Amino acid sequence: MTKKRFSALPGFGLTMGFTLFYLSALVLIPFVGLVIRACEISWADFWRLATSDRALASYRVTFGASLIAAVANAAFGTLLAWVLVRYDFPGRRWIDAIIDFPFALPTAVAGLTLASLFGANGWLGQFLVPLGIHGAYTPLGIVIALTFVGLPFVVRTLQPVLQSLEREVEEVAATLGAGRLRTFLTVVAPALAPSVLTGFALAFARAIGEYGSIVFISGNKPFKTEIAPYLIFMRLEEYDYAGAISLAVVLLVFSFLLLGAINLLEQWAANFEHQP
Amino acid sequence: MSISLNKCMAAAFSSQDSEALKKSQRGTDESPFVKWTLITVALAFSAVFLLLPLLNVFGQALARGWTFYWSSLTDPDSWAAIRLTLIVAGIAVPLNVLFGLAAAWAIAKFKFRGKSILITMIDLPFSVSPVVAGLMFVVLFGLQGFFGKWLDAHDIKIIFAVPGIVLATVFVTFPFVARELIPVMQATGTEQEQAALTLGASGWQTFWHVTLPSVKWGLLYGIILCNARAMGEFGAVSVVSGHITGQTDTMPLRVEKLYNEYNVPAAFAVASLLALLALITLAIKTFLEWKQARDFRKAQEHKPDSRASGGAMDYPLSTNS
Repeated sequence: MTKKRFSALPGFGLTMGFTLFYLSALVLIPFVGLVIRACEISWADFWRLATSDRALASYRVTFGASLIAAVANAAFGTLLAWVLVRYDFPGRRWIDAIIDFPFALPTAVAGLTLASLFGANGWLGQFLVPLGIHGAYTPLGIVIALTFVGLPFVVRTLQPVLQSLEREVEEVAATLGAGRLRTFLTVVAPALAPSVLTGFALAFARAIGEYGSIVFISGNKPFKTEIAPYLIFMRLEEYDYAGAISLAVVLLVFSFLLLGAINLLEQWAANFEHQP
Repeated sequence: MSISLNKCMAAAFSSQDSEALKKSQRGTDESPFVKWTLITVALAFSAVFLLLPLLNVFGQALARGWTFYWSSLTDPDSWAAIRLTLIVAGIAVPLNVLFGLAAAWAIAKFKFRGKSILITMIDLPFSVSPVVAGLMFVVLFGLQGFFGKWLDAHDIKIIFAVPGIVLATVFVTFPFVARELIPVMQATGTEQEQAALTLGASGWQTFWHVTLPSVKWGLLYGIILCNARAMGEFGAVSVVSGHITGQTDTMPLRVEKLYNEYNVPAAFAVASLLALLALITLAIKTFLEWKQARDFRKAQEHKPDSRASGGAMDYPLSTNS
């Protein structure tokens, strides 16, 4: 691991030593600790704890809401990226700057303000609730919070790709007689697809683990609006460590599978860009 | 591709078909109706999901006037939360900056086997749910944890105390600085450092006077992102804090407690400070990106063949919470 070549610079031993020490102490040891404790749980117990009715319901809420939110992000994120790159309109730069707001805003504040906004007395809720659209303390609220939290991923993955897209190719398609819609579907869309998928997967992965914003807006009702991370939190409050760890293992395994998929997607997207 | 493209162009123009030219103009721009519909939808979506949530924070925080706002912030328990947040970020951010500099130096300036594994492991905290991150530290240091008995016997408190909050915060903000610095340091190469060393500078002098100035904007970028997350972290800190009012409540936890006590205006008052932090972070970030784009343009004017200087800025805030 520490075979150095072609570098006359000093400090490799020091910096590498500190890096490995710090990484081990703060990330690897906690991670391994969790894995060891998870291995101490018998398979039968793990299965019972990880697939209890309440756990299954929480997976449904978590994965269902995350999927819907990620789809919404893919659709609106593509639209936003397109509008920001291709069109000029008043306020464009402000919108572009504020796209990262969900990244910068603490999740607790996001949950608080969205719950208030969509609540019965909120700025939007006062119009939506009479129409039967309840955006707070419902599954819809979870989707709203997750859409907010994941909003920048698709936009920011797509923007550089759209900027580097050669307009000439579209011109050629048009000169050859393709209409604008056909050009978009057959020339532009395939070039954007890998990036949209990457952004979608990033937003999805982020949504699966999200906790802070959901706590405020979901109401946390077991079997209805209880997400898996919240159930882990509840198990810990009950000092049910085995229960909490079993659920955590399920989430971790899923996160890592998704991470692998994202890496593959990014490679695919990179290949797309580097094609001659 | 480019050859076939030229052929197509030639074919298109040699036919001298004015109909085709008209069609081509129609084909490369959306009709004004489509264009303005798309812009309207995008603006409406941004208003609902970005602008209104932001304005709502300040609107609700000030709904009962400045006096109430001020008294909410100076409430002893809220004040304690503000102080704790500053302390925690004040420890976690410098630690991660130190780590980021060391890791980036080792990874960017040297070749060794297993580099990609190391980078993957540095990114690991991004793919862990914050609640699970907190759980890891409970498993290590909680009363039933690996070191729980020993810590209890020696009367050291980590979980449900400030050290646990610091550890959880360091974990979730772990990759930020390293992740920004690695590509920037890789892009600058090692020639300048080697020149400095040849001229007789010591390793530290080289680092301070050559390396650090060349990565300062990337470093600043990493620091503000790391800091925003450190001050705003909720899930991981919530698991390890124990929620002792006035002692282990950080600002986000204080917001939750006030909200659960139905003191919503006070919750918004504390939240407004965090929203302000987010706006400042965004402003600095936008400035740095603008500056980087300008520097990049300048560099390209001097060296027309040079390739992009690395993806530090074009991948904002990366994955996961």
